[in-house]
Amino acid sequence: MELLVASAIGILTAAAVYLILRRRSFAVVLGMTMLSYAINLFLFSTGRLVRGAPPVLSDGAPAYTDPLPQALVLTAIVIGFGMTAVVVMMALGAFVEGGDDRIDMPSRDAGGAGE
Amino acid sequence: MSPALIAALPFLGALVPGLLVRSGRGVAACACALFTLTALIGLCLHAPAVLAGEVVAARIDWLPQIGLAASFRLDGLGLLFGILILGIGLLIILYARFYLDPRDPPGRFFTYLMLFQGAMLGIVLSDNVLLLLVMWELTSLSSFLLIGYWRHQPEARQGARMALVVTGMGGLAMIAGLLLLGQVAGSNELSDILLAGEAVRTSPLYVPALVLILVGAFTKSAQFPFHFWLPRAMAAPTPVSAYLHSATMVKAGIFLMARLWPVLSGTPEWFWIVTTAGLATMCVGAVVALFQDDLKGLLAYSTVSHLGLITMLLGFGTQAAAVAAMFHIVAHATFKAALFMATGIVDHAAHTRSIRRLSGLGALMPLTFVIAAVASLSMAGIPPLGGFISKELMLEQAAHTRWLGGPDVLGWIVVAATMFSVAYSLRYVFHVFTGRVETGYPARPHDPGMGLWLAPALLVALTVLIGAAPDASAGWLVAAAASAVTGAAQHPHFSVWHGVTPALAMSGVAVAGGVALLLLWRVADRVRAALPAPDAGRWHEAAVWTATRWSRGIADGLTNGSMSRGLGAIVAVIVAAGIAAWATGAAPAFSRPMLPVTAIALIGWVMLVTATGCMVFYHRSRLLALVLVGIAGLIVSAAFVYLSAPDLALTQISVEVVTVVVLLLALNFLPKVTPVESTAPRRALHGLVAVAAGGAFGALAYVIMRTGPAFPSIADYMVRNSYKLGGGNNVVNVILVDFRGYDTFGEITVLGIAAVAIFALTQTLVGGATGQKLRDLFGDRARAGDRHPLPLVVVTRILLPLVLVVAVYIFLRGHNAPGGGFVAGLLVSIALVMQYMASGFGWAEGRRSIPYHGLIGLGVLAAGITGAGAWLAGRPFLTSAYGYFKLPGLEEFELATAMGFDLGVFLCVVGAVMLMLQSLSRIARRAGETDDTSSNLDPAGGRR
Repeated sequence: MELLVASAIGILTAAAVYLILRRRSFAVVLGMTMLSYAINLFLFSTGRLVRGAPPVLSDGAPAYTDPLPQALVLTAIVIGFGMTAVVVMMALGAFVEGGDDRIDMPSRDAGGAGE
Repeated sequence: MSPALIAALPFLGALVPGLLVRSGRGVAACACALFTLTALIGLCLHAPAVLAGEVVAARIDWLPQIGLAASFRLDGLGLLFGILILGIGLLIILYARFYLDPRDPPGRFFTYLMLFQGAMLGIVLSDNVLLLLVMWELTSLSSFLLIGYWRHQPEARQGARMALVVTGMGGLAMIAGLLLLGQVAGSNELSDILLAGEAVRTSPLYVPALVLILVGAFTKSAQFPFHFWLPRAMAAPTPVSAYLHSATMVKAGIFLMARLWPVLSGTPEWFWIVTTAGLATMCVGAVVALFQDDLKGLLAYSTVSHLGLITMLLGFGTQAAAVAAMFHIVAHATFKAALFMATGIVDHAAHTRSIRRLSGLGALMPLTFVIAAVASLSMAGIPPLGGFISKELMLEQAAHTRWLGGPDVLGWIVVAATMFSVAYSLRYVFHVFTGRVETGYPARPHDPGMGLWLAPALLVALTVLIGAAPDASAGWLVAAAASAVTGAAQHPHFSVWHGVTPALAMSGVAVAGGVALLLLWRVADRVRAALPAPDAGRWHEAAVWTATRWSRGIADGLTNGSMSRGLGAIVAVIVAAGIAAWATGAAPAFSRPMLPVTAIALIGWVMLVTATGCMVFYHRSRLLALVLVGIAGLIVSAAFVYLSAPDLALTQISVEVVTVVVLLLALNFLPKVTPVESTAPRRALHGLVAVAAGGAFGALAYVIMRTGPAFPSIADYMVRNSYKLGGGNNVVNVILVDFRGYDTFGEITVLGIAAVAIFALTQTLVGGATGQKLRDLFGDRARAGDRHPLPLVVVTRILLPLVLVVAVYIFLRGHNAPGGGFVAGLLVSIALVMQYMASGFGWAEGRRSIPYHGLIGLGVLAAGITGAGAWLAGRPFLTSAYGYFKLPGLEEFELATAMGFDLGVFLCVVGAVMLMLQSLSRIARRAGETDDTSSNLDPAGGRR
């Protein structure tokens, strides 16, 4: 089971990184979504994998899994959504303003930025 | 009044001008004066005790474990500087009230001024070097703001920048120096450091600490070769120049040297560095001042020269020299502030400060003439004024000090500098106020109203008084300060007449030489013009410019505008660092057995891998990629259920829905396919980086899962106390709303901010030229025939109350079973979004009664109030309480205050998610979507 989860994390990460290295904003947004899956799974897995022991107290439950990574991941999921939404909005704005959805700086703007 | 309160008063006063901004200059000035006066009275109430040799202290511990405390001490030195800061501050506020133009924003000026006053007072009253450092940097910042007050003037901006760079860099050096000092002395409290002088001076860290501290003090007090920022700071309004750049702030460096005098002085290093720097500054400043054309320039360089003089006296390291230094601080502050104010009056009246264009002003402005003349003569050291006494004390000390071999070398150099000092002081009087009455002034100069002349007149009266009765007027204060500096009770006696001493002879030579120099001024000026004039300020500018160019070159070389290049480099570096750490470190052995693989888990894994693979393969077809991302998200949710994390699964699945909706809405406006742009080798390289990252991350996860924790987890504590302290059985929820409630509080705030940021971005997108672009891009797009299919409308409307009931249920049970505010909020959002999608934006928007921003605010407020409620019970923020209640007809149920907090989370999530989606819909409407109500259930309701 551990091997399955670890390989899933690895595959998700690889796909995410590949997409993030594309040049169009939509691919990058999808890549970031995938990356947050991978990272959430990773954070969750630091609590070690346990079956059938949710951290909800009940009489007679022999053990509970580590609740702390779960709490961390829960907030990370929600914040990840907020971040995705902001990035999507920026991508949309850039597309409408600039006419295309490339994420690279046009060569005329690169270098000598600022004053 | 506690010294802490005294130091805080100006900061409180800084809040007032901003509040009174509509009431005009007079009210703002009065309010500031009130705070300053209160602080001054508070200070003076301590004077009897301090004069008796006591040290008044106040201490507020902050982080006692690492020696951080807001501790204050008021001794003689602090009293002297405090009275200068507040007393002259009071006069400056009065002067500035009448000096500022009605067009100058008074709120900003007085706020900055009070901020500076507070910071300066903080320096002289603080007993903790870290507190002192904070205040020190604050004076640099407020000085920056005040120099740049007239921000439309380029020289003001340049002067402000230069002052900030020079004093800020010195401040950085001083941080290092004072930390070293604290290290050596074993305490950050000045009271302790002052007692550890012997240990400090013999420590191997003494020289580095000394040099670093002196760099800070020298930059602040404009000592050669860091003096060049001060003349350029004269672009500030004149009250600022008088206050910061002559009477108080530039003396902060002097103050620090005096404060640490018992610890640092008395060594050859101290003597040579401080005396030499002071002497050089004194000479350079005096010579340059004589040839300045701008009146404020003359005064600026003269200030540099006098600061050098005081520094030199402190450098001598003898008790008598320290007494002389303290006396000169008082004398200089009185005559120099008065001279600056007189210059401001001349500038106001004649609309110029150029000495070449001014002449014979004495006949036109007799009152100003008297003020300027008396102050100038005091600066020249003419008896019987205050300046004479301190100059005599200085000459006396200089005559007895051996420097560079010969016994008289220092004495003669000082006499020469004094000669120049006499000459420029007299030039201020004779070249400006006497001589032929100039007629070509832009405006006819006349004496100003009392508001402008009262402050300098009082100071001039003081300088006369100091000369006439030195012991009664200033001697007691100087004695107290000198006692505090030297650490031994000083009972000096000051008088104008000392009998015929070497100092008197030197004084006579200097005055005679100065008069002769002034008579020969034109000749001297021609000589000066023929000599090269190095300008350290220009070098500084060039250095800054070069540094900027270099750093820009490096930055532009690293980032050429290609995102994938930068991101790829970051990923590669992280992977390399991880591999390096793995190769050099030691990992524990695998101690955990693997869980067995079940068929269902394997099926899920295959689906996830397939979806991910397909997604990479087909990512150019964006809609398909989005569907595949959704599948991946669903499998991740399922994995959470499978691995004992029901809360995560609930959250993940509802977030998944909203994310897909957001991406769909956005995709509506973005191209539907991604074109091939990268070359095959580049794609292969990216693939390699991606596989390396994935492999490394997966391996890391595997190792972590197979090994036990490196140290005991705090999970046990949470599980044991979840019910006892938090009153809930769902440990994850208790962590969120109770144990780590602070984090959650921050998180919902961030979520709200993100939503508001999206709203703001939308505002710029739908408005103006961009909005027009949107319309041009998408306005004529074909629409679906039936945009609101009746079955969908009916089903979503029936679903709404059901989902709301489910959400309430999930919310209420959240404390004890999977659920809670986050999930409930997401569920409600989904139900609402369905209405928008099925029935149209107009229909749904018309039925909304609370703005979503309000919901976000309400949520944060509810969470905050719940948290603060714990204060009423005398507990820390966010401590929860719970109890059991019985209502007739219902079973006994539990209520925890954490519920209120969770309600805040719920409201904030609903508000944030809905505001984001609503913003996207607004873009759609702007792009030409209309309310299509043809197939709606109640067409009348659709129109707005």
